[in-house]
Amino acid sequence: MAVETLEPTPSRTAQAPRRRPGKLAPKPRSWSIPKTPGGWIVLAFCTLATLGMLVPVYVIITTALSGSTGAPNFFLAFPDAPSLDAFKGAWTKLHGSLVNSLQITVPAALISCLLGSINGYVLSKFPFRGSNALFTVLLVGMFIPFQAVIIPVFQFLNMLHLQGSIIGLILVHIIYGIPITTLIFRNYYEGIPSAIIEAASIDGAGIWKTYIRVMLPLSVPGFVVAGIFQCTNIWNDFLFGFILASPAAWPATVTLNNLIGTTTVDYSELMAGAVLVAAPTVLLYLVLGRFFVSGLTAGAVK
Amino acid sequence: MTTSTALPPAPPGPRPKKQVPHNVKTSRRAAWIFAPSLLVSFLFVYVFIGITVYISLSNWKIGTSPNLTLRQPFGGTYAEIVQEQRFQADIRNVVIFTIIFLVLAILGGLIAALFIHHVSVGKGLFRTVFLLPYALSFIVTGVAWRWIFAPSTGVNEILRSMGIENPPGWTTDTTILGALNHPSGTDFLKVQFGIPVALLPIIFAAAWQLVGFAMAMYLAGLASIPEEHLEAANVDGANVWQRLRYIVLPQLWPSTITCFVLLLHVALKIFDLVVAMSGSGPGFVTDVPGIYIYNYLTSRYDKASAMAIILLLLTLVVIVPYLVRGYRKERKA
Repeated sequence: MAVETLEPTPSRTAQAPRRRPGKLAPKPRSWSIPKTPGGWIVLAFCTLATLGMLVPVYVIITTALSGSTGAPNFFLAFPDAPSLDAFKGAWTKLHGSLVNSLQITVPAALISCLLGSINGYVLSKFPFRGSNALFTVLLVGMFIPFQAVIIPVFQFLNMLHLQGSIIGLILVHIIYGIPITTLIFRNYYEGIPSAIIEAASIDGAGIWKTYIRVMLPLSVPGFVVAGIFQCTNIWNDFLFGFILASPAAWPATVTLNNLIGTTTVDYSELMAGAVLVAAPTVLLYLVLGRFFVSGLTAGAVK
Repeated sequence: MTTSTALPPAPPGPRPKKQVPHNVKTSRRAAWIFAPSLLVSFLFVYVFIGITVYISLSNWKIGTSPNLTLRQPFGGTYAEIVQEQRFQADIRNVVIFTIIFLVLAILGGLIAALFIHHVSVGKGLFRTVFLLPYALSFIVTGVAWRWIFAPSTGVNEILRSMGIENPPGWTTDTTILGALNHPSGTDFLKVQFGIPVALLPIIFAAAWQLVGFAMAMYLAGLASIPEEHLEAANVDGANVWQRLRYIVLPQLWPSTITCFVLLLHVALKIFDLVVAMSGSGPGFVTDVPGIYIYNYLTSRYDKASAMAIILLLLTLVVIVPYLVRGYRKERKA
């Protein structure tokens, strides 16, 4: 998988030569069979632990495949007659919300990344007096429990007549996404040499022109990292969708949760729904894993 | 805040001492560009928190009929909720949840990282699988683990086949392990303090989802330990444990702090996972502040706000020192 180099920050890419010193020799593709008993123990442990981690994934998939015949007797058994019936049922109930989730996630992630990129650029390349302190003030917004603001947010959206709508959700996700995207981009831009900006300014380019002509073209990896991070966060959000959306605007996580009936639960359909809701972020992770990890560690910093 | 706190090796590079040569004018323009984001955040974070504080002190109960008079006596809502059985259960649950979850996720992540760092084959695959749950929504994790710990199926089938006649009812079980007190009904404390069995499946689910995060942090930390240190220890005849104890673990300390703070704030805010797995549970045995707040959003704005502020304070106690520490480091750099 692509989780090849666990780079602490995206900025490291800009300073490529600084790699782990002295480790060059054994590093590249050490695909070797363990040579010592200890090596075998390590391998065995990793294999067992990994299989253990996969059990819930296996359970989700087999239960989803057990279809209308009901789940198999034993929860770890593979269904006798695998079928996709449950997926059909889940799709009918979920496809509307999946579209909602997409409509919320894409614009909110894009706009919050763009704002984060502008902020990160200014904070890393044109720091002004007090900018670090103000940045810290901004970062607090990343950690607050959203319950502490949910009533004012609800009333605010009500005032704008956006309560319950998809637009309202997009707005909220953008606003509460600014701190984390600013952080990711600020760290990313720290790795881009200031000499480039100096050169542009000597050529007479102002802040904005430098940003659009010089910085943006260099920002693609930053946008991928921050974009994946934001898409995953927003797609997986439950709280805002649960409290702020009307049924027509429910994101997929909320509808999935509603599949859990009050008395009985159709586990087969529920698991099929879980697969549908999980698929986009899991695919993103599997395809762009390296960037995913960068975002994780960059956002972790905090 | 930045990398330097979290990731030992890579302070944001040889930080350019002098940024772009800029004058007062560009500096002012820069501040103006940053201002809108800051203002919006200020409104939506600080002002809104202030409003929530005010509501918690007011008489506003039903959302559609605002009543902004201050409740008498001052802070009466707080005095009211701390006596509730439900509030006390929530505090017990969130504390127990946080402690066990942190131990499982951090230790699990550390052990996984140590093994995966040294494995000779399939490193990338192991890493990918461990981090996979992190890409899932808590709701997805919740429905999967709800099934695994359903009283009549899942884990209990294994327990029954092992001859355990009455396996626990898991999320519907009201047993409190190691109960410290036995409330008589007239005491101030109305719940048994101890470890609710019903919380365990939720803790396992949360640890499963986030152990990969801890692992990723530790792997980044491990990759940054200079090879020379380990070689030097080897030359000095240190064995595996001594190297772990005196070289590896101390250098992983920054990763541990990051994991601790970030996972702690996830644990305090836990909401979706509990909603998907069990809800409040019998006798609020799996209730958490997030659910309490949600439930009172329709009928008691004041109580929901008071609980939200208590939750916020719990979070800030951890986060603010962490951010201030990052800010100080930044200034020194």
